[in-house]
Amino acid sequence: MSNSSAAPRLLARFFRHAGPAVASVSALILGWEAYVQLSGISPTALPAPSRIIVQGFEQREALARHSLATLQATTFGFASSLTAAFLFSILIDFFRPLRRALFPVFIITQTLPLVAIAPLIVLWFGFGLTPKIVLVALVTFFPMLVALAQGYEATDRDISALLDSMGASRWRIFVMARLPSALPYFFAGLRISITYAVVGAIFAEYAGAARGLGIYILNAKNNFRPDLVLAAVFVSATLTLLLFGATVLLQRAAMPWTRLTETRP
Amino acid sequence: MSPARLQLQNLCKSFGPTKVLADINLSVQPGEFVSVLGPSGAGKSTILHLLTGASSPDAGQMLFDGQPLSRASHRFAFMPQGDALMPWRRIIDNTTLGLEVQGFSREAARAMVAPLFAEFGLAGFENHYPAQLSGGMRQRAALLRTVVQERPMLLLDEPFGALDALTRAQMQRWLATMWTRHRWTVLLITHDVREAVLLSDRIYVLSARPARVAHEFQVPLDHPRQGIGSPALADIEAEILQTLLNPED
Ligand SMILES: Nc1ncnc2c1ncn2[C@@H]1O[C@H](COP(=O)(O)OP(=O)(O)OP(=O)(O)O)[C@@H](O)[C@H]1O
Ligand SMILES: [Mg+2]
Repeated sequence: MSNSSAAPRLLARFFRHAGPAVASVSALILGWEAYVQLSGISPTALPAPSRIIVQGFEQREALARHSLATLQATTFGFASSLTAAFLFSILIDFFRPLRRALFPVFIITQTLPLVAIAPLIVLWFGFGLTPKIVLVALVTFFPMLVALAQGYEATDRDISALLDSMGASRWRIFVMARLPSALPYFFAGLRISITYAVVGAIFAEYAGAARGLGIYILNAKNNFRPDLVLAAVFVSATLTLLLFGATVLLQRAAMPWTRLTETRP
Repeated sequence: MSPARLQLQNLCKSFGPTKVLADINLSVQPGEFVSVLGPSGAGKSTILHLLTGASSPDAGQMLFDGQPLSRASHRFAFMPQGDALMPWRRIIDNTTLGLEVQGFSREAARAMVAPLFAEFGLAGFENHYPAQLSGGMRQRAALLRTVVQERPMLLLDEPFGALDALTRAQMQRWLATMWTRHRWTVLLITHDVREAVLLSDRIYVLSARPARVAHEFQVPLDHPRQGIGSPALADIEAEILQTLLNPED
């Protein structure tokens, strides 16, 4: 595979894979538009897609400002939870009893209903960036930890035995075998968690924040502007898709050996 | 008489209630190619795991050049039953694994293995990933990773067990030629009688679990052996098959 042909091939593949999705989403939007126009339903009950686009475009500066705040909360929160999950995953891989001590606690954090916990966290940490980061970390930490722990366990036992026979230390075996073996699990966890992360940030903002898509949605709702609520929802969905796409690209870059099957010599 | 390179005396091993090795006695001389034949599940791999230190025997002695084997001595270059190539490392970096663990830099290790790629039929595949290689090439890469460690003895656990019959026969003849050239000290685990006869100076046949040495065979023929249509090889092969199929005789 030469580099010059990579870009058009990627584009062709994108359309081959995304074509059906684009078609179904377009059909949905067209049907929605037709229904609103023909039924004469009030725009405060169900705004037409055309209205959402026009109003959303007029509000583009506000939407961009609030999106940026949400994106910031998402990335900071996700980065801290990733770091924590990675460190904890190493700890429990080396000290097995810790796993039994800590996992029940982590599982309990996953059972807390977001609706109840978000206002409390805002109460404790104020209206700034901190509560959002805490909430994003809360919803993404455990899935990432589980993904990593599972990935380490998936290491081929022959490979561990081989390194052991060569005289490699436990840390060396971890770095050379267990860590790379966990990569597919890590990226699977990353793809799921990144969508949780955006939802978590919006939840925190909805419970109270100075800026962010969550608070924007709340204000639009209170002003009876479902068109702006939906415009913000559309923006947050786009944001999530972009972040999702970024993790896919990251995986391709980090695991070049997984896409070689078709270029077998 | 100088001590054997490897000597196992009255080796016993159980996993919980399962007695796997009952009483293993065997020896390997320097420069000798010795095979261990036995039915599946007999405990052949277990013997190698005891030698590499992955587990320890319940009873018995393991002597290396006359000295008791210690956990940290790392006398063996071990090839596990699967090829154990790391899918995320290119072939060249898979073959340097043992050298890297020994402390060589990646560059130095690469320089050491690179000249051997032609001899192992892997020239031009240095920068491929394992998934891009055929089964036979993967086994040769695993074998290259094993021999470059320059340990005093090789432990090979069914290196060709997963290959199709034709590739396996080619690999056996290739290994016979390679061994004749290098004269490594080898302990080979296999359940392929023809492979054992083709390659070995001596063959131990294990009983079913709990394993003990049921028979020992000498193969007093010159290396490398051609294997096809040789009556001497066929005779020994038939004799070993006979003992494997009628363990009571
Ligand atoms: N770590 C372990 N824990 C428990 N039982 C084990 C362990 N390792 C091996 N055994 C058991 O010991 C027996 C012998 O296993 P081993 O892998 O040595 O057989 P083998 O002769 O190499 O068989 P094969 O030809 O199929 O590779 C099997 O019954 C296996 O279940
Ligand atoms: Mg085995």
